[in-house]
Amino acid sequence: MLRLAPFRYHRPRTLDEALGLLAEKGGEALPIAGGTDLLPNMKHRLVAPAELVALKQLAELRGVDESDVALSIGACETLSSVARDPRVRQYFPSLARAAGSVAGPQLRNMGTLGGNLCLDTRCTYYNQTYFWRKALGFCLKKDGQVCHVTRVGKKCVAAHSADTPPVLMTLGATVELASAAGRRTVPVTEFFVADGVANTVRRPGELVTRITIPLPGPGLRTSYQKLRQRNAIDFPLLSVAAAAELEGDDVVRDLRVVVSALGSRPRVLTGLERIAVGRRITDEDVIEGVAERAFQQCHPLANITVDPDWRRAMVPVYVRRALAELAGAAAVAA
Amino acid sequence: MHEIVTLVVNRDVRPVGVPSHYTLLEALRYGLGLTGTKQGCDKGDCGACTVLLDGEPVLSCLTPVWEAEGREVRTVEGLAGPGRLHPLQDAFDVCGAAQCGFCTPGILMSAVALLERNPNPTRQEIREALAGNLCRCTGYTKILDAVELAAARIAEAAGASGSASAGGQGGRPGEAVAAGARAPEGPDTAGEREGGA
Repeated sequence: MLRLAPFRYHRPRTLDEALGLLAEKGGEALPIAGGTDLLPNMKHRLVAPAELVALKQLAELRGVDESDVALSIGACETLSSVARDPRVRQYFPSLARAAGSVAGPQLRNMGTLGGNLCLDTRCTYYNQTYFWRKALGFCLKKDGQVCHVTRVGKKCVAAHSADTPPVLMTLGATVELASAAGRRTVPVTEFFVADGVANTVRRPGELVTRITIPLPGPGLRTSYQKLRQRNAIDFPLLSVAAAAELEGDDVVRDLRVVVSALGSRPRVLTGLERIAVGRRITDEDVIEGVAERAFQQCHPLANITVDPDWRRAMVPVYVRRALAELAGAAAVAA
Repeated sequence: MHEIVTLVVNRDVRPVGVPSHYTLLEALRYGLGLTGTKQGCDKGDCGACTVLLDGEPVLSCLTPVWEAEGREVRTVEGLAGPGRLHPLQDAFDVCGAAQCGFCTPGILMSAVALLERNPNPTRQEIREALAGNLCRCTGYTKILDAVELAAARIAEAAGASGSASAGGQGGRPGEAVAAGARAPEGPDTAGEREGGA
């Protein structure tokens, strides 16, 4: 039995009211959408807000709207509604797959796309009860001074473990943020920072309101590959999102690959242009070149209880699978 | 401090006085005494606390009680009618799909939501619908068998009642079907039950 500490629960009726409450309460209040990440963390005493501001009933944070240029998804759309949305499935199959592979069906009916972007980082030494953490003397991310993963480091290396952000990064999506002070738009590629304690640029009192994805140009193919011990419930041990624009059937015009669930933020693979652009995606040299670059750029640590050497060895395997899916996928276009 | 939250549980309006930080699970179990919904891991890993909220399976251990206010909550206590089980409950009995039984209420609720949405699911669709429910006895095969059996019996009963009464009864489809499907004293069911026990 895991008990919550007492808190007050606010249910504002408008986004402005919610932003006002968050500004007024300062650090005392946290926003709650699906609660599937926040409530376990509260039960583990990782966060202890005195007040919660509920977001799920806010109409401004709902709905999937298609314009001439983009698909805009309200931050409080549930992961199941994103996974089954016909436009998401048509334009961005990798996003439908990522959203549809988070945890299990019940959690997807509760958890939201915005919440998935704001998912707290995870680590063996962090996602534990207070009792457990206290016995170890706590850790760098919460209540302590030592990182039990690196033992020497002064930087938290807890893993970004959300499924949809790496996909959104390959799709060129942007995040709309709102606070009582104003609004701003940030590309998803710039939303995350390499700090396991707080791995996004979202400020206290600021909310993710919408996620906007440019409609696909001709020849877009997408893939999402996820490694985990069980095919449900588990967070990823490794994830690979890929998107390619192909000319004809297989010549690469543009290729974006993001590897995640290893470090504190999703890693955008660099240097792929030289390897892949202008060449066929089925070309063995392209596949092996991209897989090798991924292996070089990814260095998982023992932040979860699975052998980091094995997770690293799986990086090229999953990159190859992603490229094979791109090669075999039908082109999508708006 | 306790506050009054008005829940609608299995079609009954049930005001309940609970601390404002209670989860729906705690309100059901400790406020209303509805202990059919189980408290397992209490952090979203196991699915034992699954209830339906407006027809969708959710985890009541991670649902603040306020989020259920004014919405339709269905728990395992609402499945059986007077003197008869829901076809899923009967099929779990017949197939030996409940071992220790702790995961059973959550699995029944996930399965009810599946069959109401998709009356004729494939084995794979059943697996996917139950993917968020753990059985530590690991009796998954019989659970899948039971959901298949219940789907077949519901379809059979719907066919039979459709020809007999031409859909004349007003209740929910599941309830009308449950009444038709239930034949606990029938020789075939009794035989299976002995074999299973």
